[in-house]
Amino acid sequence: MRWIVKRAIMAFITIYFAITFTFFVVKAMPGDPIEALTQEFIRQYYMSYEEARRLAEAAAPFIPRGSIFEQYVDYITRFFRGDMGVSISVSTGTPVINILADAIPWTVLVVASALIISFGLGILIGMVMAYKRGGKFDSAMITFFSILKSLPEYIVAIVYLSILGFQLGLFPVRGRYDYEALTMLEQGDVLGFIANVLWHATLPILAWVTTHIGGWALAMRGSTIGVLGEDFITYAKARGLPERRIITRYVGRNAILPLFTSFMLSIGFMFGGSIIIEYIFAYQGVGLILYQAIQGRDWFLMLGAFNIIVVAVVLGAFIADLLYGLLDPRVRRGATT
Amino acid sequence: MSYSKLDVVRQELRYFVRNWIIIPGKILIRNKKALIGFIIIIGYILMATIGPEVVPYPKSYAYPKYIKPTIFKWPPSLEHPLGTDYFGADIWAKIVWGSRTVLIIAFIAGIITTLVGITVGMVSGFLGGIVDMILMGITDILMTIPGLPLLIVLATLIRTSDPVVIGMILSITAWTGLARSIRSSVLALKNSEFVEAARALGLPVWHIIFREIMPNLMSFIAVNFIFATIGAIYGSVGLYFLGVLPFTTFNWGIMLNMAYTQAGAHHSLETIHYILAPIGAIVGLQLGLLLFSYAIDEIFNPRLRTEIK
Repeated sequence: MRWIVKRAIMAFITIYFAITFTFFVVKAMPGDPIEALTQEFIRQYYMSYEEARRLAEAAAPFIPRGSIFEQYVDYITRFFRGDMGVSISVSTGTPVINILADAIPWTVLVVASALIISFGLGILIGMVMAYKRGGKFDSAMITFFSILKSLPEYIVAIVYLSILGFQLGLFPVRGRYDYEALTMLEQGDVLGFIANVLWHATLPILAWVTTHIGGWALAMRGSTIGVLGEDFITYAKARGLPERRIITRYVGRNAILPLFTSFMLSIGFMFGGSIIIEYIFAYQGVGLILYQAIQGRDWFLMLGAFNIIVVAVVLGAFIADLLYGLLDPRVRRGATT
Repeated sequence: MSYSKLDVVRQELRYFVRNWIIIPGKILIRNKKALIGFIIIIGYILMATIGPEVVPYPKSYAYPKYIKPTIFKWPPSLEHPLGTDYFGADIWAKIVWGSRTVLIIAFIAGIITTLVGITVGMVSGFLGGIVDMILMGITDILMTIPGLPLLIVLATLIRTSDPVVIGMILSITAWTGLARSIRSSVLALKNSEFVEAARALGLPVWHIIFREIMPNLMSFIAVNFIFATIGAIYGSVGLYFLGVLPFTTFNWGIMLNMAYTQAGAHHSLETIHYILAPIGAIVGLQLGLLLFSYAIDEIFNPRLRTEIK
């Protein structure tokens, strides 16, 4: 149990640091965000200055008066209660948490599918490469995957958008779903709606898979070759165990474990990178929200989006950590390597 | 027989030439992939250093623009090998002028990332105890916080177009992976026989660090430097593409942004050269660095070097 508690504390500290960081970012921003919100209220709702100012102070994610320490404590407690202030310019007056709650499932959909598909395919191809190491297939795949790995995913995304989206018209070029799909949902055609959603998510997922599959395959190839040389594999073969059982339970399982650190890093990398991917495909997820917030100088929304991305990444890494504990009994017993 | 100072210098010079020019040269000639990468990198460095002296400044409205039905008066031609953009500026000139900032940012970010990674990893591994715990705690936290959003928030806050500052921002989270690996290598090497022998001889700490441990990590550090620059190119071009950094210089990311947002170059075949040019420049540089990294291990690893006479 101890490692779970340790991991949980570490995850909590990380989230806490990120929130503290964003608080001081707000404080360091040029211009007063509360004043900006006040002006936005006046422009939008034709209020008097006093009224708008009162509303803006009530809508900020911390008390704008008092010492900086009081403001900080207030900001932290409000964050853990889910209060992150209201949007200034992207959608004036809407609570940040509502905007983010609408966006986060879509980012998770794309990132999680991309991660699982690229990891699954990557380790399969990596194992095949390891078994056929030194051959033509192996060396060709090594070169191919190294090249794929070095491509920035936004370049791949632009190329896919241009060729598969615009030139060939195979996939939709923007958005999470079509408006027609919403009426489908209202008429009870849930499967049709899901199909439309997946169809829209294909290009973003494909861009991620293209740039990440190579890394997994190459890592798995190296890891598998290492395991294949171990004594227990020779012993398992000598015992006459079926090949299939050796490949899955003996080689596969042991070869996957060292890939785990990269898996954790990938979660963060993909969530972070979703800003550019969602921007390219105009896909309304957290990344695009963060982008719009920055463009509109919408400080509270920007910090809320940043914080929520950190929370998602830390939680994702934590869940992955728990799964790793299930896979590797050594970790469960608290052994350190 | 005594050696004069000149002899010593000559000898040192001969060693230097042998170790850093002749042997790496032989390794490159043998390793075709790395040779191609090396040639590509040299090409880019030439482009960034003497390119802007030779190629005229890419002035907007230098050539007439916007003649229907295409918005481009000049598709690729002999006069403009890559055509001109929406503003009537020569695209090849923009690529050349942009290469300078891209390379400076990548180089600075690579250096800072590597230095911080080595320092933190070394200190953590050597001192151990509470220092190790604190440093690794910070490393773990920075490792988990997603890099790109952090970069974007910082870039919005700082708003600079100074390549040195951008390089520093880019290395804020990038050093963590290297620090962790250096730390574990130091932990493993700290108790190895040759380090213990050096300790027993009473050699100073700096000797143990730089003469005993560092040579074992050199190839690893060099490969990491290459990957840090690849990461910095990814990050800086990405930041410029998103338009978070001020558009006051030339950068391939700015070209990508302009082509994507203003000319719609990704959905029309007539304007495709506008977006293909920066894509080609970025992919070419990344590939060159990647291919070159294949030879790094051979150049820096003393065990692999011995094969070459």
